[in-house]
Amino acid sequence: MVSTSSTDGGAAPSTLTPVLTDNWDAERSWTLAAYEAGGGYAALRKALSTLQPDEIITMVKDSGLRGRGGAGFPTGMKWSFIPQDNPNPKYLVVNADESEPGTCKDIPLMMASPHTLVEGVILSSYAIRANHAFIYVRGEVLHVVRRLRAAVREAYDAGHLGKDIHGSGYDLDLVIHAGAGAYICGEETALLDSLEGRRGQPRLRPPFPAVAGLYASPTVINNVESISSVPSIVANGADWFASMGTEKSKGYVIYSLSGHVKRPGQYEAPLGITLRELLDLGGGMRDGHELKFWTPGGSSTPLLTPEHLDMPLDYESVGAAGSMLGTRALQIFDETTCVVRAVLRWLEFYKHESCGKCTPCREGTWWLVQNLAKLEKGEFRRDEGEQILDLLLDQCDNILGRAFCALGDGATSPVTSSVQYFRDEYLAHLDGGGCPFDPAASTAWAVREGVKQ
Amino acid sequence: MSEPVATVTLTIDGVEVTVPRDTLVIRAAEQIGIQIPRFCDHPLLAPAGACRQCLVEVALPGPDGSLRQMQGPPGRMKPQASCTLVASQGMVVNTQLTSAAADKAQHGVMELLLINHPLDCPVCDKGGECPLQNQAMSNGQGESRFHETGGIKRTFPKPINISEQILLDRERCIVCQRCTRFAAEIPGDTFISLLERGAQQQIGIAPAADGEHGPGDLSVNGEPFASYFSGNTIQICPVGALTSAEYRFRSRPFDLVSTPGVAEHDACGSAIRIDHRRGKVMRRLSGNDPEVNEEWITDKDRFAFHYARTPDRLKHPLVRDAATGELRAASWPEAFAVAARGLAAAKAAGGVGVLTGGRLIAEDAYAYSKFARTVLDTNDIDFRARPHSAEEAEFLASEVVLTMPVTYADLEKAATVVLVGLEPEDEAGAIFLRLRKATRAGRTKVVAIAPFTSRGLAKLDATVLLTAPGEEAAALAALAERAGVTVDADTVVLAGERLATSTGALTAAADLARSTGARLAWVPRRAGDRGAVETGCLPNLLPGGRPVGDAAARVDVATAWGIDAVPGAPGRDGDAILAAAASGELGGLVVAGVGLEDLADPTVARAAIDAAGFVVALELCATDVTRAADVVFPVAPVTDKPGMFVTWEGRPRTFEAVFDVPGSLPDLRALAGIADELGRPLGFRTVTEARAEMMQVGPWDGARAAAGTAPPAKPRRLAANRFWLAHWKLMLDNGVMQVGDKALAATARAAVVRVSASTAAALHGASAVTLTGDRGEITLPVEVADVPDDTVWMPSNSHGSGVLAGLASPGSSVTVKGA
Repeated sequence: MVSTSSTDGGAAPSTLTPVLTDNWDAERSWTLAAYEAGGGYAALRKALSTLQPDEIITMVKDSGLRGRGGAGFPTGMKWSFIPQDNPNPKYLVVNADESEPGTCKDIPLMMASPHTLVEGVILSSYAIRANHAFIYVRGEVLHVVRRLRAAVREAYDAGHLGKDIHGSGYDLDLVIHAGAGAYICGEETALLDSLEGRRGQPRLRPPFPAVAGLYASPTVINNVESISSVPSIVANGADWFASMGTEKSKGYVIYSLSGHVKRPGQYEAPLGITLRELLDLGGGMRDGHELKFWTPGGSSTPLLTPEHLDMPLDYESVGAAGSMLGTRALQIFDETTCVVRAVLRWLEFYKHESCGKCTPCREGTWWLVQNLAKLEKGEFRRDEGEQILDLLLDQCDNILGRAFCALGDGATSPVTSSVQYFRDEYLAHLDGGGCPFDPAASTAWAVREGVKQ
Repeated sequence: MSEPVATVTLTIDGVEVTVPRDTLVIRAAEQIGIQIPRFCDHPLLAPAGACRQCLVEVALPGPDGSLRQMQGPPGRMKPQASCTLVASQGMVVNTQLTSAAADKAQHGVMELLLINHPLDCPVCDKGGECPLQNQAMSNGQGESRFHETGGIKRTFPKPINISEQILLDRERCIVCQRCTRFAAEIPGDTFISLLERGAQQQIGIAPAADGEHGPGDLSVNGEPFASYFSGNTIQICPVGALTSAEYRFRSRPFDLVSTPGVAEHDACGSAIRIDHRRGKVMRRLSGNDPEVNEEWITDKDRFAFHYARTPDRLKHPLVRDAATGELRAASWPEAFAVAARGLAAAKAAGGVGVLTGGRLIAEDAYAYSKFARTVLDTNDIDFRARPHSAEEAEFLASEVVLTMPVTYADLEKAATVVLVGLEPEDEAGAIFLRLRKATRAGRTKVVAIAPFTSRGLAKLDATVLLTAPGEEAAALAALAERAGVTVDADTVVLAGERLATSTGALTAAADLARSTGARLAWVPRRAGDRGAVETGCLPNLLPGGRPVGDAAARVDVATAWGIDAVPGAPGRDGDAILAAAASGELGGLVVAGVGLEDLADPTVARAAIDAAGFVVALELCATDVTRAADVVFPVAPVTDKPGMFVTWEGRPRTFEAVFDVPGSLPDLRALAGIADELGRPLGFRTVTEARAEMMQVGPWDGARAAAGTAPPAKPRRLAANRFWLAHWKLMLDNGVMQVGDKALAATARAAVVRVSASTAAALHGASAVTLTGDRGEITLPVEVADVPDDTVWMPSNSHGSGVLAGLASPGSSVTVKGA
């Protein structure tokens, strides 16, 4: 699942730009030796010897790097919110609790090249003057936790972490913290509560983490991919980074292609590439099938259809199409897939993962699942179908924007967008006989086992 | 002069309102009479924003001054939770009254809240006073789309005990977190918390460590909601999820009549609401008095009211039959006549002493005070039904009576609060909660001179100066010089009544206050203690703080009473009265509400009651005193009379009678009857008349009694292998006013002996110890605490007949051995 290699970064948007993924196919890429052999930690040495913290912040600001965790908030601006006159310690927390359905970029990155992240953490911590950083990683991915811990150990041994790093006078301790597997802990304030040893539920804002985050101290929370992008920016400069991508969505990102595509995997390319180009890179849809719907950034982003194949995948264009770029988790579904079934599975996830704090998400997902399940099984009368779909949309209307955090909002996206594009398919479930699709036809083993398609 | 309050002006539903900065929108709306529906919001708890019921439409002025609607996702009005949103200048809020979208949002949330709610209102204790029920009517829809579409509710097994007293019905719970937030924020008793997630999220107690049992199963967990303040969670629960074993299924709210009252269990004066039906108290709730107890009361104040309905309640007067020597029922007139005759004879035979206890309303205390002076011609009167000292009486006269140096609000403002001889969680719950509020806000530091870091002191994050009992005077004298402790005009010193047994301590506290400018308040344990000081139930004080030793004060009160003179000789204190009665020096006793086990020497007291020539007892229930008395008058419990308690602050707290029960008469009526019989009428027969006369007599405006000097410190030597015994009464113990509620008793803290680590080491791991003192021995489980090595601690009245009756005399030492 490694991207096809390409040598020249900063080329036209249609080609791959491997930066973060560049070393994934190197021999024992996760080791310090392999990472340094490929030029790793050069940016760190450069920064500690020649750059002031504020210069790094400026660099990241100028690069146009936006948060890769989904919301796309400018990273440099986030860093500049840290009040440097606050007497409390500053913290950097890396959100590695990747758990959005469809999203699979941070875990492969940390698996293949944990040192990219570690170097990014050191540079970022140096920039915001934090002496303590945490990587909050999803506990289920034990192999990644081990790899991160090994990388941190190597980094300490090499003097990249600890006291007086490379004689610069700068100290940094980095802790790998394994979460216990709750989707909500990917929400940054819930992550902080969890990191502090509490029940992971989102906090009231204000105060924002930049002012009172971890242990009520100024805290920057960034996604793995955002932090991992920092070494390349420091090494190659803001202009180099900004030369990629579109006017407002700069740089390269990892696109995670999954589903009914021939070669699923992580494809690193500039922002603004289209799904059509990515599908080409991925070998196209599986043979004999065509695209039915897809998510641009995980299940919380409203799904899109083939009409959006040539839409540039950047924050602005996807937003204009009524969805969100999110985590660029491109889940590709062909015509064998029942959209009702897919949406129900996602909603079951949200129901299971709702933290329970606020009413709309807790109760709303509970009820949505019941209605979707009955829709899938065709348990409503055909003549009440329109009414049920209106109810479904009204339920979503009562959740979206009413929930405590964005997770409740996200739960409504697949429902509203699927009803928008596939209203007739929903109703077809009520024509008698329930779901008109053969669920086996959409599986990966369908071809192998000769399921009629 | 205080800083002017910074304000902001905003518009809510077209009405401009100006509120202090940092006011929440939901509070600002209340100011102009707009009620936004809410569940998780509570004005005394930190905002949570969990239930989302209080959504409103908000627009803010942009940089160019034009209004910008708060939106999310862009283009879509995003309603804001008014319970978490701080009002800002120029904000425009539209509630459900003026915004269809806000109204729709609220309806949406209400619908969702109800989908998993059992809607069992007809059998729910909360039905009729339920915020969910009420707001579902006002801000919800009549029909259930969930039901119509065949929705299936989540269910849980019906109520589970989270303590012996509190039951939790998880189906009814809307997880607003008021109870868990209360537990964490207000008393600091984090025994309950959220468990599980999503629709399975529930309140529970610590899950079983073995992982086999479900959450919240008290029978296997053994870590119940062990809070002295647990009942408040029932009151603030916006649904019927929390109920008490005591009240559940007993009545419907609309059958109850509510009467405001004042709690009678401690000197805090907490406002309560007494809910009653057909002459019977069904439950008690906290009142809302921001200056005193805010909206919280202790479980004792809430649940301990059955004592007034116990089977041994006295219902009619009793007189000792001359022929049989037994007590027999008598009419009131006969009892008055017999009492009058007996007291006249006793007066002639050496005099009569008066012991009033600490539970009287101030008007009754005043009647005893006047009765002693005008009818019995004596100053032999003392309310202190506990170990006491002459030093204390002088302290009360010179430092306490007529003063109000510290209020609850002052506790919140003080930079430092010094606690000495006082464990506020056990002995004064409202003080504890106010101190916790102050310390949590970061304004106030608590310093405690105490024998160990009690749970209450730990929750106050107190600096504990570990002190053996008896060493308090020295600790106070050294306090001002102590590193890390600042004692100055921003300091409040709270001295508990227990200091009476520590020679020099009260004087040292007064000296500390004088030399540093700190304010000093005396905190007694019982509701009537401070009122008894004010009304002169002391051998050295007349009503209104008039010193007995001051001739002008005596003339003043004699004039007010229209008599020639009041006795000028200083009276005997409680211990001396009992000693004199035992020796035959005194001819008789008038005893009201005194438990012999509480006294410094219960054996001597019992002997004195037996030996006294003539004893008149005024009591609620049969006691050892009434059984030995010659005449017994039944008196009214606080529900049957109006009255006044004076708080530890010196704040008068009046209340009205809950019931009008013929024959249930206040003490003062019985005293008036005797006085009439003796031809020296008291001049009042009702509480109202007595209060009017008290007001007329008024406070003394002459010189206060001079400050006493500390009595010479007695040499304190601890023999080898002996330990000083520290003890105080736990909030919930074997006290007579807690009888009748088994669930409450079951939530009492266990009686344990606390020893230091080195003492425990010397006991070689014994799990129980036997303490032996000069009055007996007691065996109890042992726990290690940070008590000084020469000290052990145990609760005063949680085991057997209590420390004073069964173990050791005040200020004495004990031996400890493994049991």
